[in-house]
Amino acid sequence: MTVTRKKTAAIVGSGNIGTDLMFKIMRRSQNVEVKYMIGIDPNSDGLARAARLGVTVSAEGVDWLLAQDELPDFVFECTSAKAHAANADKYKAAGIHAIDLTPAAVGPYLAPVVNLDSLTDVMNVNMITCAGQATTPIVAAVSSVVPVDYAEIVASIASKSAGPGTRANVDEFTETTAKALEVIGGAKRGKAIIIINPVEPPMIMRNTIYCAIPAEAAEPGQTQDAIRTAIDEAAAKIRDYVPGYELRVEPQFDTAREDWNGNGRVGVWVQVKGAADYLPEYAGNLDIITAAATRTADLLAERIDAAAETIGANA
Amino acid sequence: MSTAAEYSVRLTDTTLRDGSHAMSHKFTVGHVRSTVRALDDAGVKVIEVTHGDGLGGSSFNYGFSLTPELELVRAAVDEAKQAKIAVLMLPGLGTIHDLNQAHEAGASVARIATHCTEADISIQHFQHARKLGMETVGFLMLSHRVSPEELAKQGRIMADAGCQCVYVVDSAGALILEDVSDRVSALVAELGSDAQVGFHGHQNMSFGVANSVFAVRAGARQIDGTLVALGAGAGNSPTEVLAAAFDRLGINTGVDVQGLMAAAEDVVKPYITRMPVMDRASIMQGYAGVYSSFLIHAERAADRYGVPAWKILEEVGKAGYVGGQEDMIVDVAVQLAGANA
Repeated sequence: MTVTRKKTAAIVGSGNIGTDLMFKIMRRSQNVEVKYMIGIDPNSDGLARAARLGVTVSAEGVDWLLAQDELPDFVFECTSAKAHAANADKYKAAGIHAIDLTPAAVGPYLAPVVNLDSLTDVMNVNMITCAGQATTPIVAAVSSVVPVDYAEIVASIASKSAGPGTRANVDEFTETTAKALEVIGGAKRGKAIIIINPVEPPMIMRNTIYCAIPAEAAEPGQTQDAIRTAIDEAAAKIRDYVPGYELRVEPQFDTAREDWNGNGRVGVWVQVKGAADYLPEYAGNLDIITAAATRTADLLAERIDAAAETIGANA
Repeated sequence: MSTAAEYSVRLTDTTLRDGSHAMSHKFTVGHVRSTVRALDDAGVKVIEVTHGDGLGGSSFNYGFSLTPELELVRAAVDEAKQAKIAVLMLPGLGTIHDLNQAHEAGASVARIATHCTEADISIQHFQHARKLGMETVGFLMLSHRVSPEELAKQGRIMADAGCQCVYVVDSAGALILEDVSDRVSALVAELGSDAQVGFHGHQNMSFGVANSVFAVRAGARQIDGTLVALGAGAGNSPTEVLAAAFDRLGINTGVDVQGLMAAAEDVVKPYITRMPVMDRASIMQGYAGVYSSFLIHAERAADRYGVPAWKILEEVGKAGYVGGQEDMIVDVAVQLAGANA
């Protein structure tokens, strides 16, 4: 379904993520249009591009945005965890839905294909990390079939796609992603590793997902087939909004080992080729989080209209 | 000719960290206690004890530790009378939380490692380690991948963040003689009195000890080794050989050469399950410039998917994978097996 009137959005933060997100919404969103882009550097490439495309821009920060006569329906936070922590209450007080692309986690973690339907309070949702978007749906798929004692992911990104925010906060990145493997993925314990690779030409974003699974599930049979099917379905759902999301090889099952606490293991090797809306296609890490945020806004827009209809019908 | 007065070098032994790869991360408290006792008695001043891939390395991707690494660190701290206990950490894998725990366990040297072009991801960790009062060492891994000038710029980033000694780390055993001294010289010129320079060598093409001599002559003041060369790939520069060779060259290390030979022969050799060796796969690592700890993972993938380990490693080298990307080995092996089918 599409909404009757497109919802409006403000993008706060005019760096790589904010700029990629702007293109993503303009080119791919059904229900949302970009009305404002807010930065802090009046000379940033992002603000210049936004202005050329007819977006109202300002380098005067969030207070400028909140002083406008027409407030947006959505704000996409593309700044830093610290900035979002400071802004979150202001958005809420203004009645604006916040979609947070920083690791601030003021609101609940959200992977749209996994848990959007089950969230009731969606005034502020957190998009985890790029690796979180790429991996938690796969872990959730495995744990929909069997209990997952432990999930571990390795995300490799091109050096050129790792901005100053990512570099200054690798600990936050791994800790947030690991926690989301538990909260969204359903693993009892999660661990995340990030590798930054400078090879030329730049490597396309890769994610390897390992899940500990019961010994019998690692042997050929119905349970193993069910895990394969669940993984394929999760990948297909993600591909719906990230066309470059693909499994490099078939999921690999390893039989139980003593040093794995008697568990077996399934390994999934994922490549995320970006849509090259802003940075080139190697930057699948940008793509997967901006695409997930766009998808989230599209779905929330429908939900807002559906709620409004219900209220109207009751009146 | 060199004389003792010209060079004074500190040896750091990393048998209980880099050797962890060759032991498939199965060190016990007993191994740690006997090794630390022997090294400490022989006058080695820094002993590194951690999972082979550093703090938090126990994982599917790198192999699970038999004994939790903090337990091993505590045992080492308890056993050492004069030596400092060091831990390794790789940002992106270990975190400040891990560093805090290691510090609480008694570790007093933090060795923080990044790929040779990505030093800026270690800034928060150096700052934190210094705040804890730890001595700091920076590892520029796979140093062969960049020019001496580029390496020096990365060393500057680490030194500015609080790193007290920047190491040229030959993770692939790919550097040969002047490759090492050129890199050490560039770092010495860049860092001046802001930080020392160190060298960590591997034996994949048998240059570990010779490269260390070149490093010292170019101004390196900290040199790594492991007893019996126990370590990733074809192993590390053997500590006991470094001690003997440096003694002959008049390089002052302050260690007991005979004591280290005895430690290698009587303490470490008996517990080694896999002797370091230059074979086709490990030589290929040096030749193709592949991270040494990929070796055992490549051998396992070779067994499982029926393609030779050296072939996997050659492909890994072509792809330009860096330290920590052990997960790519299965991908490469499956692709190779598919191409053969």
